[in-house]
Amino acid sequence: MSFQGTKINPTSFSKSQIPFYLILIPMAIFMLLPVLFIINQAFKPLDELFLFPPRFFVQNPTFDNFTQLFRTATSTGVPLVRYLFNTLVVTIILVFLTIFLSVMTGYVLSKKKFRAKKTLFGINQTALMFVRTAVVIPTYFIIVQVGLNNNPLVHVLPYLAVPVNVFLMKQFIDQVPDQLIEAARIDGANDFQILFKLIYPLTKNAIATVAILTFQATWGAVEASNLYIQDESMKSFAFYLNTLALANTGSALAGVGMAAAAGLIMFLPNLIIFIIMQSRVMNTMAHAGIK
Amino acid sequence: MDQTIKKPKTLFSNAKVKDGFTIFFMLLPYVLLFSLFIAFPVAIAIYLSLTSFNVIEMPTFLGMTNFINIFTQDPVFLKYILPNTLMFSIIVGPGGYMLSFVLAWLLAQIQVIPRTIIALAVYSPSMVGGVFISVVWRTLFSGDESGYINAILMDAGFLDRPIQFLQSPEYLMPIVIVVALWSSMGVGFLAMLAGILNGNEELYEAAYIEGIRNKFQEVVYVTIPMMKPQMLFGAVMAIVSTFTNGYIGVALSGSNPTPQNSAQLITNHIDDYGFIRYEMGYAAALSVVLLLLIWVFSKIAYRLFAEKE
Repeated sequence: MSFQGTKINPTSFSKSQIPFYLILIPMAIFMLLPVLFIINQAFKPLDELFLFPPRFFVQNPTFDNFTQLFRTATSTGVPLVRYLFNTLVVTIILVFLTIFLSVMTGYVLSKKKFRAKKTLFGINQTALMFVRTAVVIPTYFIIVQVGLNNNPLVHVLPYLAVPVNVFLMKQFIDQVPDQLIEAARIDGANDFQILFKLIYPLTKNAIATVAILTFQATWGAVEASNLYIQDESMKSFAFYLNTLALANTGSALAGVGMAAAAGLIMFLPNLIIFIIMQSRVMNTMAHAGIK
Repeated sequence: MDQTIKKPKTLFSNAKVKDGFTIFFMLLPYVLLFSLFIAFPVAIAIYLSLTSFNVIEMPTFLGMTNFINIFTQDPVFLKYILPNTLMFSIIVGPGGYMLSFVLAWLLAQIQVIPRTIIALAVYSPSMVGGVFISVVWRTLFSGDESGYINAILMDAGFLDRPIQFLQSPEYLMPIVIVVALWSSMGVGFLAMLAGILNGNEELYEAAYIEGIRNKFQEVVYVTIPMMKPQMLFGAVMAIVSTFTNGYIGVALSGSNPTPQNSAQLITNHIDDYGFIRYEMGYAAALSVVLLLLIWVFSKIAYRLFAEKE
């Protein structure tokens, strides 16, 4: 048992772990401070927001900032629920379509034998380092050319092909034994039956991970609303909160509390979903290596 | 979707041809979307980079002029953009990457419950989103005495009067780097943590029998070689998040270009030329330079961690 202290993933506490905690705990506090800050800020009443000298923790928490946020929304002509509705619809569609597309593509790249397989996977792997913001201008021209400008579909179509998702699914489906698929085929299953009845249940963890990553990206998405959508009633929730927050940050503006509330609203769903799914994500990441 | 399978079933009896059809139809949607929204934009960027294009008239061919101009005629690019981008990407890229490996490794040395809690604290900044970043950091670094950092420093006697952190050239860049590092522990960090935890225990025991004496040797000779695939995935993710985080300087200072170009990165320069000045050809040439930069970074990562066949 003396080896326990120097072991990876120890099962019990030993004195030799103390140095690790001494580094990790301050680090965790530093990382969390801004999060604690925004929680406090979002619940502060007006007089505490402009207190001098400023105080970190809230004394008399109130929901005023949130109610104010929802009330301001109605004065822009488009109610806040409309933005929220847009984002929810887009998120649900994108999460399901991304899962379907990534599992199907990952399955073909993992289990099928064909000539261009290695090349295609190689291209996808190169595209892992694709940075969308680098080519935002040519993307704009394409979107205008294919008639997606100011079209609600622009929230979905450009964001469906995500190399990381296909990569994660392919790596994960690699773990499914070929014999299982052969057995299903002998029983008369076609590829879609194999996909839905065999691959989906066996790759739940990776699917959950793809779903979380897609959710996070879509929930916070502002690019489409910024660049490709002109109609205010088709823009996203994140876009609306972003505009509101940017107009109201700075030190002496009345909307600081409202902006903090908006930031918190954008963050909480991501956090909650990740906490629920974290063990599935970690399981997927164990297979995420590039060989 | 069912028709795509039924049709070849009735038309072809040969199983191989049928399989070929399935493969084709299953790959088609991804390949189409990938081409349209990932491959074509890159190709168009390369084409436009060789032209002069103001959106209204047709592009006119220029050859390499845009690239020559970037390196000879653009005073902002040579004086600010290039040094800023290199400094930012080296500190936040490899720096953030090493930091996430160290944190993942430290976390692997403790028990599961505290590890999960601390890992969550470290990972959560990467999912806060743009609104959160501008709200929190702009309030913390606000330029008057009600800004939290100013208040703390003045209270402790380090300052007599508040500093305009986000508007002064000498402070903006360091703040942008801290914020970028703070939000950089994302998917790559999780992959590295999972990679270390999934390590083979027997390898470690064997290494100790073979004469490894301390934790440092353990990391160099066992942990890193064992999890090279995760190290590479983490590196690629670090590169992507570094170049995607270019918006932070503009978000914090509230203007593009940032005050005296102090935190101006190549991504901001592209937006400036593309969406503010409408010089699309020049902006595209800058995009190509950025893509090359990303490519060089990832080449280095592959050189370091790819498993040789």
